[in-house]
Amino acid sequence: MKGFNFHSVKNVKEAKKLASGKSAFLAGGMTTIPAMKLRLASYSDIIDIKNIKDLSGIKVSSKSLKIGATTKHAEVAASKEVKKAISSLAHLADGIGDPQVRNRGTIGGSIANNDPAADYPAACLALNAIIHTSDRKIVSDKFFKGMFETALKKGELIQAVEFQVPDKSCYVKFPNPASRYAIVGVYVAKYKKEVNVAVTGVESAVFRCKKIESALKSNFSSSAIDGVKISSSGFNSDIHASSDYRAHLIKVLAKKAVAGCK
Amino acid sequence: MASSLIGSRVERKEDKKFLTGKGRYTADINLANQTYAYFVRSPHARATISKVDISKASNAPGVVKILTGDDLAKDKIGGLIAGWKIVSQDGTDMKCPPHPPLANKAVNFVGDHVAIVIAETLDQAKDAAEKVRVNYKVLKAVVNTGDALNSKAIYDGIDKNLSFDFLLGDKGKTDEAFSKADKIVKLDLVNNRLIPNAMEPRAAIGDYNSSSEELTLYTASQNPHLSRLILSAFNAVHPEHKFRIVAPDVGGGFGSKINAYAEDAVVAWASKKIERPVKWVAERSESFLSDNHGRDHVTHVELALKNDGKITAIRVDTIANLGAYALVLGTVTPTYLYAPLLVGPYDIPTACCNVKAVYTNTAPTDAYRGAGRPEATYVVERIVTEAAKEIGMDQAEFRKKNFINKFPHQQCLVHNIDSGDYHAHLDKALELSDYKNFENRRSQSSAKGKLRGIGFSTYLEACGVAPSAVVMSIGAGVGLWESAEVRFNATGNISVFTGTHSHGQSHDTTFAQIVGDRLGVPIENIDIVHGDTDKGPFGMGTYGSRSLAVGGTAIVKACDKIIEKGRKVAAKMLEAKPEDVDFKDGEFIVKNSNKKKTIGEVAFACYLPGTFGDIKSPLPEGVEPGLMETSFFDPSNFSFPAGSHICEVEVDQDTGETKVVKYTVVDDFGTVINPLIVEGQVHGGVAQGIGQALYENAHYDESGQLITASYMDYTMPRADNFPEIKLGFTSTPATSNPLGAKGCGEAGTIAAPAAVMNAVIDAIDTDISMPATSEKVCNALQKNKKNKEAA
Ligand SMILES: Cc1cc2nc3c(=O)[nH]c(=O)nc-3n(C[C@H](O)[C@H](O)[C@H](O)COP(=O)(O)OP(=O)(O)OC[C@H]3O[C@@H](n4cnc5c(N)ncnc54)[C@H](O)[C@@H]3O)c2cc1C
Repeated sequence: MKGFNFHSVKNVKEAKKLASGKSAFLAGGMTTIPAMKLRLASYSDIIDIKNIKDLSGIKVSSKSLKIGATTKHAEVAASKEVKKAISSLAHLADGIGDPQVRNRGTIGGSIANNDPAADYPAACLALNAIIHTSDRKIVSDKFFKGMFETALKKGELIQAVEFQVPDKSCYVKFPNPASRYAIVGVYVAKYKKEVNVAVTGVESAVFRCKKIESALKSNFSSSAIDGVKISSSGFNSDIHASSDYRAHLIKVLAKKAVAGCK
Repeated sequence: MASSLIGSRVERKEDKKFLTGKGRYTADINLANQTYAYFVRSPHARATISKVDISKASNAPGVVKILTGDDLAKDKIGGLIAGWKIVSQDGTDMKCPPHPPLANKAVNFVGDHVAIVIAETLDQAKDAAEKVRVNYKVLKAVVNTGDALNSKAIYDGIDKNLSFDFLLGDKGKTDEAFSKADKIVKLDLVNNRLIPNAMEPRAAIGDYNSSSEELTLYTASQNPHLSRLILSAFNAVHPEHKFRIVAPDVGGGFGSKINAYAEDAVVAWASKKIERPVKWVAERSESFLSDNHGRDHVTHVELALKNDGKITAIRVDTIANLGAYALVLGTVTPTYLYAPLLVGPYDIPTACCNVKAVYTNTAPTDAYRGAGRPEATYVVERIVTEAAKEIGMDQAEFRKKNFINKFPHQQCLVHNIDSGDYHAHLDKALELSDYKNFENRRSQSSAKGKLRGIGFSTYLEACGVAPSAVVMSIGAGVGLWESAEVRFNATGNISVFTGTHSHGQSHDTTFAQIVGDRLGVPIENIDIVHGDTDKGPFGMGTYGSRSLAVGGTAIVKACDKIIEKGRKVAAKMLEAKPEDVDFKDGEFIVKNSNKKKTIGEVAFACYLPGTFGDIKSPLPEGVEPGLMETSFFDPSNFSFPAGSHICEVEVDQDTGETKVVKYTVVDDFGTVINPLIVEGQVHGGVAQGIGQALYENAHYDESGQLITASYMDYTMPRADNFPEIKLGFTSTPATSNPLGAKGCGEAGTIAAPAAVMNAVIDAIDTDISMPATSEKVCNALQKNKKNKEAA
């Protein structure tokens, strides 16, 4: 690891002031620190945001569930409020990495990082999430741009993620046996007027599978997915799963998700 | 009672330190004035080097010294060695390329060592390493095992990349048996390459004392004496009598810590050059790239049968991938540790095996838990399963029909099996696994939409390595005896020095049980000392499930010498004749009397041989003071554990995901000293075997880059990948050692891959290769479905 200045900040203003082209915010550190140790990344300044009080916590209303950026995966997984409002989201958080990762990693860090195989980005797309940042509100459809790329500007800090409570929803993940990230993850959320199907692990970034969405819109049942054709063109292909296998899994998991919707 | 120690579930003495984080590993050792080393490694699978330019790097902050292959050559540090000479069928010796600890003309795998950068801090060493400029000319790499023989030679003088062409068995007789067979069954098999992944990465600290001219090397090794011998005699790092190797707590070896590695030689040599300690600790990425890998065979096997199911011959052709270089046990693993086991536990009249060992631009392979026997068992148990299926016999019946029934049994290839009862362990396994109700379980799974399969693996392995005369006659560079020294201290407690090394095997407990049983001393008063060449006598270390059968026997023999000397001393103290003194449960007793002395009193007498106040213990004439005995044991034969594994898997028809849902093992390890420890060894072994079958695979791309170079891509199995493993034992004691012990360290790993794959193939009715990943299984299922639809 190369040397850096360490700052532990108490509020968002301070964090923003210290941010520069060569700095990084540090939340759980589960992505940032391994990258620094492997010398894949180095920064002049590390700005620790964990001690900013109002960045952590869970708030529920009848329509939405708002999770502070530095709320840990383990907190979301164990939260009674989350389980009650959107149980699939608690289940998702419980399936991230291992206990060590869940006890440090944060929702803000996860979506800021936008790993193509991460779980939370699928939740954001499926659950019409609004990303509250230090500067603005960003709708999920405009937030996840590409591989490890988001709409965040340099020094812009995520403060909270606000999910829209669905009628029912389910997330099914087929984990990579080695890393336990998603080879494919499918998040199905049903609202009064729409059905959202978000897919992670398959392309350079999370996306919504419009074909399955429209099939489910007219008939919200697993069998509605049987007739959908998923082309594997442009899908990720690696030693764990070819693009064709990923295409196959999207349908299998989407069916399981529909069947599992609560 | 002392004698109840053998066979009792004594909790591990070493657990306290390990479970409370007090283990002291090489990386935990820090010496005054220590420097930190980082190795510059080849990023290419194959390249020639025209220049290593260290000028910029040498001036970087904190740099103490940078050394390259040229420096090494100037100091005449020798190359790393292959420890076992294999002779080809045409009578020529195996061919080995030069293997300097730091490359000077060429690099031959990604991770090959190029230079050592030594600095005041590790970060400074890494910063400077980035400034070392190596001029590589990249050449086309040879990567694939199956293609190596047809690829351009990597090394001058090693035609077709062939190190040797080994033949074992009677080819003429075997071919004849095949020509008379009623049925011939054939399979093509791949034994996947694995990365050992010991929990503790390798580490080494060289510490040269310029005053005493002594060199100490702390290193994570399974065999410190052997490493010292190699580093002295072959690498010329330092003379043996001035060279101490300490292998303190070592966090797992699995064979990957047998070799004296390039890093060992280089940090030891470097510390002499700079006269300061040089410390290197591998990062996990370095472990993936540069630890010895294991397995990597491509095999064609054929089995000849009579209509009644009797096996008449087996014929095997294997290409074994040595990787870039031939290592200490790299050449014996795919030959003498492999081929003789290809007849399994079966009475097969004739057999023949050809092994072509090839070089490729991949990490060198060497012994990895089981070493050769998992490869052999995979071949035998897969083809036997296939044969039973093809002739329509029950898997258990087919095996029983062909089992060896009488002992001792001289096999057609090499081994003379001293003892066993293969029906006993199979019957017990059938019962424990509830075999008779398997079809019910299959239907239950099917009702859940899952495919269930069952697989057998009835293994026979050869371990307790090994009779020195035998192994040396077939090319071993050393004998494989073992040493022990049992030292009674004057106050009655005991220090036991063993030449074996414990890195997870629980010797502290097992060996203390043996000594406690033999000498009647509580195990709390017995200390097992290993891992330091300055402490005990020369020993060969731990691998090949040898420590108990060979090392434990040396301890028993040393204890017996203690008893014999003690008997003479006690007789004098008790005013009796030695032949009238019995020894039992720690006491010397005069026959038909109540006159006795404890062994502690006798030990005390040995250290105070005279009369002083209450002490009246002059030694008998001719008996030397002190109570300490050394013994070297060379076994008369290998030992032959055997057993039955029965595995059941469930396959998700939609995703192809495969899970082991039921696993039963019954082993015959002869005498079991501590069942708790033995069960742990079997659990770990089975876990590694399931890992090979379903998850693990070292994958190189076409250019020779290791794709599975971290846990993001190399699938280490985890606890949730395993069901509860049901264990049982049967016992036919070994006759080659007085303990009757056969060795349990590798059996789980040896048998499990075949059991799991037989179960997977039974479930999906298609042959696939290891590891049975979800995608492979899914593709096989879809192909089956299409074929059925077409039919
Ligand atoms: C072994 C392992 C397994 C894992 N498995 C999974 C998995 O199965 N599924 C999954 O989804 N993830 C997985 N992860 C990733 C994990 O969820 C991480 O916690 C997450 O990706 C990053 O969160 P963090 O809080 O640790 O962020 P950090 O590492 O602290 O930061 C990550 C990046 O986000 C930026 N950042 C952090 N917080 C903010 C903020 N509030 N505003 C703006 N930028 C910010 C940082 O500057 C940095 O660039 C795994 C990680 C590990 C180490």
